[in-house]
Amino acid sequence: MKKMLVIIAMFIIGTVAAQSKFEAGMGRGLTQFKEAKSAEEMLAAAAFFERVADAEKDKWLPYYYAAQTNILAAWMNPKTDKDKVAEKIKELIAKAETLEPNNSELNCLKQMVAVLQLTVDPMSRWQSYGTVAAEAIAKAKAIDPTNPRPYMLEGQYQINVPEAFGGGKAVAKKLLEKALVLFDTFKPASPFHPNWGKEQAVQSLAACQ
Amino acid sequence: MKQVVIIIVGFLVAYGLNAQVRVQGSVKDNRGRILAGANITLKGTYDGTTSDSTGKFSFKSFERGSFVLVANNIGYKIVEMPVILAKDSVEVNFVLKEEISELKAVVITAGSYEASDKKKGTVLKPLDIATTAGANADISATIQTLPGAQRVGEQEGLFIRGGSAEEAKIIIDGTVVNNFFYSSVPGISQRGRFSPFLFSGTVFSTGGYSAIYGQALSSVLSLESIDIPERSEVQVGFSPIFLSAGFQEVAKNKKSSFGFSYNWVNLSLYQKLVPQAPDFFKAPDFHTVDANYRFKTKKNGMFKMYAYYNAGDLAVRNPSLDSIGLKNAFQLSNKNFFTNISFRQFLGNGWKLNTAVSVSYNKDRIVNEVQNQQNQKIPVVNIPVINFSQFNLTTRQWMVQARAVVDKRFGAINTLRFGTEVWNNQDTSLYSNLAGSFGSTISDFYTAAFAESDLYITINLAFRPGFRLEHSSLLNKWNIAPRAALSYKVGAQSQVSADYGIFYQTPERRYLTNNAEFDFLRADHYILTYQHISNSYTFRTQVFYKNYISLLKTDATGTSAINTNGEGFAQGLELFWRDKKTFKNFDYWITYSYLDTKRNYNNYPIAAMPTFAANHSGSVVLKKFWVKNMFGVNWSWNWSTGRPYYNPNKSSNEFLTDRTIAYSSNNFSLNWLPKLGKANTVVVVGINNVFNETQIFGYNYSNRLKDNSGQFINSAVIPPAPRNFFLGVFLSWGVDRTQQNINGNL
Repeated sequence: MKKMLVIIAMFIIGTVAAQSKFEAGMGRGLTQFKEAKSAEEMLAAAAFFERVADAEKDKWLPYYYAAQTNILAAWMNPKTDKDKVAEKIKELIAKAETLEPNNSELNCLKQMVAVLQLTVDPMSRWQSYGTVAAEAIAKAKAIDPTNPRPYMLEGQYQINVPEAFGGGKAVAKKLLEKALVLFDTFKPASPFHPNWGKEQAVQSLAACQ
Repeated sequence: MKQVVIIIVGFLVAYGLNAQVRVQGSVKDNRGRILAGANITLKGTYDGTTSDSTGKFSFKSFERGSFVLVANNIGYKIVEMPVILAKDSVEVNFVLKEEISELKAVVITAGSYEASDKKKGTVLKPLDIATTAGANADISATIQTLPGAQRVGEQEGLFIRGGSAEEAKIIIDGTVVNNFFYSSVPGISQRGRFSPFLFSGTVFSTGGYSAIYGQALSSVLSLESIDIPERSEVQVGFSPIFLSAGFQEVAKNKKSSFGFSYNWVNLSLYQKLVPQAPDFFKAPDFHTVDANYRFKTKKNGMFKMYAYYNAGDLAVRNPSLDSIGLKNAFQLSNKNFFTNISFRQFLGNGWKLNTAVSVSYNKDRIVNEVQNQQNQKIPVVNIPVINFSQFNLTTRQWMVQARAVVDKRFGAINTLRFGTEVWNNQDTSLYSNLAGSFGSTISDFYTAAFAESDLYITINLAFRPGFRLEHSSLLNKWNIAPRAALSYKVGAQSQVSADYGIFYQTPERRYLTNNAEFDFLRADHYILTYQHISNSYTFRTQVFYKNYISLLKTDATGTSAINTNGEGFAQGLELFWRDKKTFKNFDYWITYSYLDTKRNYNNYPIAAMPTFAANHSGSVVLKKFWVKNMFGVNWSWNWSTGRPYYNPNKSSNEFLTDRTIAYSSNNFSLNWLPKLGKANTVVVVGINNVFNETQIFGYNYSNRLKDNSGQFINSAVIPPAPRNFFLGVFLSWGVDRTQQNINGNL
């Protein structure tokens, strides 16, 4: 009984004292994100981030995560109307960009949306959406050359681009290896800043072998 | 220990005073249907949730006081409700209204097929034009695989639902292209002048088209050119029949671009490799240059300029049917110029302006000679038919067109569209034969005003009324043409439409040389459509009735008009099925058209089914693509039942009652897109009529020679060669700055 009371007390003190409202919110959102197993759960995380973003108004990170979780949810549910969802995601990215212009991570998201839309009709959309994706990656790299995510995303994309068009596994391998080197030294600006992708890079690299 | 207890008690007190309050409720649409996955937010806080699969939601909040609860679901209007959070739980039931957006609304098809990447409800994509076997990247040949379009092997043009080629207008960026096809010699059809890659969108209407277009009794094919290309490029193409080179320079900020290309077509080599039935004593030889300049204005406006010049000649010799041993030699030289300048601008507040100006010029010089076995022109003989087969004809056509259309958006997606246009046509011709020289100049000043509105009565029901007012100075007459289209959405991906319209056209000017009074030609359209379009499947069926109320009648020789009392009808049923899903990377479409038509026009003695119509026709188009190897194989089968042909051995009661054999052509093409060095390469190989099927398009009859049984002798109109081959290699070197950037960073 005594032990339990102590535990409860410590828990409550810990929660209330250590974190500001925003940090608590972000922490909760990221946990929800990490634990999401289905498209519905992912969308619930997305909705939470959007609420945080709209309530805070001056923070770009919740918009970033709202966009990212929406993209992931779209991939998790094959029935998603990708073009429609993409419009919403682009709005979220645009809101983030007004708060944080010229951000490498936001350009990564732009590539992810372009790839999402490209897959609706690859044959006819390859040219237009492929260009948008490539431009976003180039910008992401230029803004922050130490960010591993543009290399990881480009690597993932190039695996599926035919060799005839300058893609293929050999090209992807180079990019993913470069991404892994950068992941080793990458330090996020805060615990809430984007710090994902290493696992995906390792998995994609394995697919290149 | 005591301290801990105090702290706990303190917190419990705080919690007690500030315990969470539950907010719950449900989300439905205005028809009472459950909406799952709607975002519920307590505005200004992090609190909220999403509605579950039963449309219910519930969450807890520490907040107290007056707040706004927001419900938001993609495709619905956002609803905000005031709530007061106190001690007791709060229940809010949301009713969301569907947002009227173009993505969800019924589409006003007005009897048309669209090929575009942007819009929904498209049946064809621009890429399909390049990858349809048998079409050899010709826009009109691809259009001919759609229902409603008749293949007519001996003549170019769009023959839509029993309409002649003159009844279809082809439009680029709003202005009419008078000579869309290369000038042809009799009996051999020509392809279109323009590359399909110039265009980003195609709207092909088989009837019932919008009031913003006119002067076409049957059909309008509207092509929209691309805006700024994706990247700068240098292009080279070569094949046994042509050489081409060009470049396109896109500004770094992608706000402007310009380009230039040169193309030389010469069939001498090809005709040596593939023997042709007629004697092409001058193989087709064409030179084309074109240039473009485009820039974006502020507020997303777009200025585009395109200029095209082509010069070429060809000559062909066939045995004369009027005298054994003599030959008919036909020589043609053509010069063609076309330029279009268009400008579109958003004016704010839902207003949009589209303007276009075009100038076109076409000159054909035709020399027809009767030649002897030594290919020399024969002198005057005592057979008039032969003497009059020798003639020279020079025709020049000028056309200037200017047009302005204003769009106003109102409500959510309703549109009002109105505008005006003027055309000035000037045709001169000089015809000379044994009897002398005959010159004529005809000019027409055509003005039109039009208006139409897209009205969404509900999201599922749309109505488009419109009208067009036209005046022709040549006829000195006015007309007013009402149009109406009604579309109703019956399911998520299916809809029915009914279209109606009156369509007027000025009779072909070349017949109107005798200064008589003529009226506009007129056809009324009635069309019913059902269509189901998803990303994977397209099914579409149409029934139509077209009433030709006024058609041109000419004298027996068919040279000059008498009146516009001709008439006729066309009715039929069309089916289209396309499936991209069932087989992976395999895409096919199947079409079928039934057509019943008769007309009494030109020099027809009675009402008859015209030579350019077949009762049954259809296509099967197959496309298989291997993404890994960037390799595609395409097959198409086009078929139709026999078409009528004129047989002078028959009495006038049996006019056009003879039928050719049925038409069938199987075509094959493959495209391969390798990377050769730094060049993106496209290799296209095509064979038309793979199985060497016999194709007869009609018969030419002698004017005087008869066989043993007293019948006029004839010769079949057949393709110049039974099989047609195509090989082309296209290389492009992209100056893609993003790619350079990426490589530089590796």
